[in-house]
Amino acid sequence: MMQALAHATTHAFAGALLDSARAVPAGLVAWNGSDPGLRFAVHRNNVRVSLVAALADTFPVVRELVGEEFFTAMACRYVADEPPRSPVLAHYGEGFADWVRSFAPAAGLPCLADLARLERARVRAYHAADTPTLGTDRIAALCADTALLPQARLDFHPSVSVLVSSHAIVSLWAAHQGRERLQAVQRDRAEAALVLRIDDDVVVLRIPLAAADFYRRLQKGQSLGEAASVNDVGFDLSESLATLIRHGALSAWHSPE
Amino acid sequence: MRPAPLPRDDAPMVGLGLKTQHVAQVLDTGTAVAFFEVHAENYMVDGGPFLRHLQRVRERWPLSLHGVGLSIGGSEALDRAHLARLAALIERFEPAWFSEHLAWSSHGGQCFNDLLPLPYNASSLQRVCAHIDQTQARLRRRLLLENPSTYVEFASSTMGEATFLAEVVRRTGCGLLLDVNNAYVSAVNHGRDAWTVIDALPAAAIGEIHLAGFAEDRDGLGARLLIDHHGAPVAQAVWTLYARTLHKLGPVPTLIERDHDVPALSVLEAEAARARALQDGVAPLAGQADLAGLTMAEACA
Repeated sequence: MMQALAHATTHAFAGALLDSARAVPAGLVAWNGSDPGLRFAVHRNNVRVSLVAALADTFPVVRELVGEEFFTAMACRYVADEPPRSPVLAHYGEGFADWVRSFAPAAGLPCLADLARLERARVRAYHAADTPTLGTDRIAALCADTALLPQARLDFHPSVSVLVSSHAIVSLWAAHQGRERLQAVQRDRAEAALVLRIDDDVVVLRIPLAAADFYRRLQKGQSLGEAASVNDVGFDLSESLATLIRHGALSAWHSPE
Repeated sequence: MRPAPLPRDDAPMVGLGLKTQHVAQVLDTGTAVAFFEVHAENYMVDGGPFLRHLQRVRERWPLSLHGVGLSIGGSEALDRAHLARLAALIERFEPAWFSEHLAWSSHGGQCFNDLLPLPYNASSLQRVCAHIDQTQARLRRRLLLENPSTYVEFASSTMGEATFLAEVVRRTGCGLLLDVNNAYVSAVNHGRDAWTVIDALPAAAIGEIHLAGFAEDRDGLGARLLIDHHGAPVAQAVWTLYARTLHKLGPVPTLIERDHDVPALSVLEAEAARARALQDGVAPLAGQADLAGLTMAEACA
């Protein structure tokens, strides 16, 4: 009975934290008889401000593109719709890009969701496992037996993400780093990115669309031969492989027995 | 990893929260502070620079692992996956202290990233004790429970916070992390005397002290409402309470917390030096506490 009551109290408190339209939970008191609602607002504010700040840390380019005021309003709505499911905030915002895609007030900026995906991939790369990468010597040895090459399957390093967008997300991201005006970037141009961590730094590499298609096929478990049979215009197999090797994007190379 | 040796209980020591802004400087040029504290949840990641840097810090300094997400005061069962993550961090980094809060932060699968208050009564006492028993058994170590900053109280409370904490200590054998700033903030917010609250805590259980800054607001009747925001220097009123606490307890490992508007490392080192000077003023003569077979905290209890 008492435990059920405690649960109901917590439930009402939790519900009112994220929904400011909801009444302040019953049973709160203040020593001087002042309105407990104003005191409860401290918690509402803590929750909102800290989670919006976490999103602002993860999505600085989205924030710059829409402006601080719009970002804060958008992030508040996201926090209310999709509060964290884990106390580990490094994971928070994994669903932000999909949510942004259906956020009507941002419909005028169709690049926003993919830009958010790129920024989220950077955070994921930063905290990804420290799996050793395949060295170039090892890869050179594996490539020596050209007869086995088409059947080889490659594992990407856990920090790697391959992103493709019909918008210029890499140019937007690069403009933000270079302190250029984001508004000056021509956005309606398809771009692809390879995101990965090199030592302590996360890098965003602009890659050809055909290479991105190739990498995604490899990520799905296709063999080198299957993945390379894409008919994409301008696909360069050796250059695409060289990019992976040069940046340490591979963690394992499975040759057939 | 060869971790730095664990500290003696009664040695004067002051630590800082490890901030990402300061990690490179700390590792390159060192610092005079005696230990570092980190929020456990920030390091619950698969790999990358955070864990690598913490490993290097741990090789040179003792570590305090401070959890903010276990929700010990919650009405639901503890998250076993979260306990497992804590256990893995403790095994890897061998912290000198592990602490959590008398608060809740998640409910119904949602996490609020805030330390939320609970009523103090027989029902919540039983639940908190069960959660601490479970945590200490799973982590195989003593937990230090931190007194919270609170802004509201519950009509269903039947006892004061100090009485509640003392009973938790008695039933579970856990220790206390006395946050002097929280004690001051809560006392002002609820019209009580802060020293009376601190003085009522079981002195021998206090294994660590936190000092931080607060922001100031007003409630609906214009009374002071202090907000624990870790974004300002330690206030004079809190220094005064700290000195009085040390006078009673002897030196207790003390942390300067700053999580917002983080200043240069040297500014935090200066606050740490101030705390250290207060500790030195009440330090036992070398060997005295050992000879007595008591820690200073116990001797003063």
